[in-house]
Amino acid sequence: MSALRPDLAIIADHVAPASRVLDVGCGDGELMDVLRARGCDARGIEIDPANVSLAVGRGLSVVQGDADTDLVNYPDNTFDYAILSQTLQTARAPDKVLAELMRIGRRAFVSFPNFAYWRVRLSLAWGGRMPVTAALPVSWYATQNIHQLTIDDFRAFVKERGITVEHAWFLTGSRRRGDAAANLRAEHAVFLLRR
Amino acid sequence: MAPMTDDSRFGLARSVTLAGPLRLDGGARLAPVEIAYETYGSLDADGGNAVLICHALTGDQHVASTHPITGKPGWWTRMVGAGKPIDPARHFIICANVLGSCLGSSGPGTIDPATGAPYAMRFPVITIRDMVRAQAILLDHLGVGTLAAAVGGSMGGMQVLQWAATYPDRLRSAVAIASTARHSAQNIAFHEVGRQAIMADPKWAGGDYYAAGDPPAAGLAVARMAAHITYLSEAGLTEKFGRRLQARDAKSFGFDADFQIESYLRHQGISFVDRFDANSYLYITRAMDYFDLAEEHGGLLAGAFQGAKRTRFCLVSFDTDWLYPTAESRAIVHALNAAGAPVSFVELSSPFGHDAFLLDVPELNRVVDGFLRAGEDR
Repeated sequence: MSALRPDLAIIADHVAPASRVLDVGCGDGELMDVLRARGCDARGIEIDPANVSLAVGRGLSVVQGDADTDLVNYPDNTFDYAILSQTLQTARAPDKVLAELMRIGRRAFVSFPNFAYWRVRLSLAWGGRMPVTAALPVSWYATQNIHQLTIDDFRAFVKERGITVEHAWFLTGSRRRGDAAANLRAEHAVFLLRR
Repeated sequence: MAPMTDDSRFGLARSVTLAGPLRLDGGARLAPVEIAYETYGSLDADGGNAVLICHALTGDQHVASTHPITGKPGWWTRMVGAGKPIDPARHFIICANVLGSCLGSSGPGTIDPATGAPYAMRFPVITIRDMVRAQAILLDHLGVGTLAAAVGGSMGGMQVLQWAATYPDRLRSAVAIASTARHSAQNIAFHEVGRQAIMADPKWAGGDYYAAGDPPAAGLAVARMAAHITYLSEAGLTEKFGRRLQARDAKSFGFDADFQIESYLRHQGISFVDRFDANSYLYITRAMDYFDLAEEHGGLLAGAFQGAKRTRFCLVSFDTDWLYPTAESRAIVHALNAAGAPVSFVELSSPFGHDAFLLDVPELNRVVDGFLRAGEDR
């Protein structure tokens, strides 16, 4: 089995064993598989039917659905953790998705690419073009990332909503970064939130 | 446990007469209760590998054995057999003819012991839950306490969901394919067309046609033709038939089967009457129309699954199924989430409409196989 994507590895390391977890946008279920091995009751939502088939075929409880519309169907406090990895920026209404996430889960992990990363800034400032980087690999017309955000945007966003940041991790590729100037230096971020 | 081969309860083409009475939702009591069934594979010493397969409206217990009338292979050999997701090498497989049907289980064609004549329309109206109750007493007879899984498509899926609502403690996993938790007005409407076609056939004779040996074949064939259209999709029909003519170069300007689709439907209707009883068609379609799992729970479907939190569910729909469209499966998924039951769901792509669950869809096999295997790690 290939190594987990860096943001998923951080999440996997910080989910308490035997937790109840909802992975929103779970892909083919690689994170769920790891969590299951640690005794977690992991459930997933995924929009792509091919990924859902793969995940169900490996025995995971995954429901084909859309984070933008389907989270309303889960009762309050159903999960210890709700996870939204690399999906917030693709949501039609990220604010509503985050609100649902905090309602369903006692805690939430959110990871996203940082649009204020210096390479992104450089590409836009000097090249005058929408950036295409490792974390943002798709051209502007084809990208699913319709709500680009930065680490500082996200901090302000959760603060406005009275959500507590319990922890944050910053990464460039798979390398960890310190908090210093993370908004400039980190390519992507993982936040652990609670109400 | 003694080898299965020594036990006459196990094997192909079995039947049992249970004294009953079986209390039915409609208020009647049915006794005795005949159930025709087949089993494949052998029951583990701990009884933990039993899989119940629930058939659709016009299906039968011959899930993976040659049909006695048509001589065709079982209706779900794509799913059941050596190396298939449901495998007699691993599973003890049970498939019973539903109550009300006509291949050996009690139905309108059965002799009423009170009169010595076929019940015909004196057979009590049954429900999906009555079918499930009959299956449960069959399991008692076979010595199966808890099912590793109940699996079914269409009406079979309704039975699976009814199992989860009625006997959740006897069901570890549930697979409902191309199904629904309630019959919609449109579903009922199509069934009513079929029933009226049968009852409009003079040979139906109020249901008492058995003695004459001349059943209402024309009415039943029309019912089947109308229903068959709902099992397909427009894209599938267009691909298979288009507007192509049947065995001719030009239109006849008459009412022969000019178009291939006409002759296909006529063939479907005619071949159906050889293997199915018109009165059974009336009773089973009625049972489906009455099906509404949420009804007893104030319209809240989650209420039906309150006892099933420990049952694993897998739902599959097909994108071209307009009889039980994906929205019906999604409603079940939402209810199961609300009830806290573990559920998987996928909408598969297939051009074949509702009938896709009976056809070769490799993704369906992969999903069912993975789901069942994950439940066997106990």
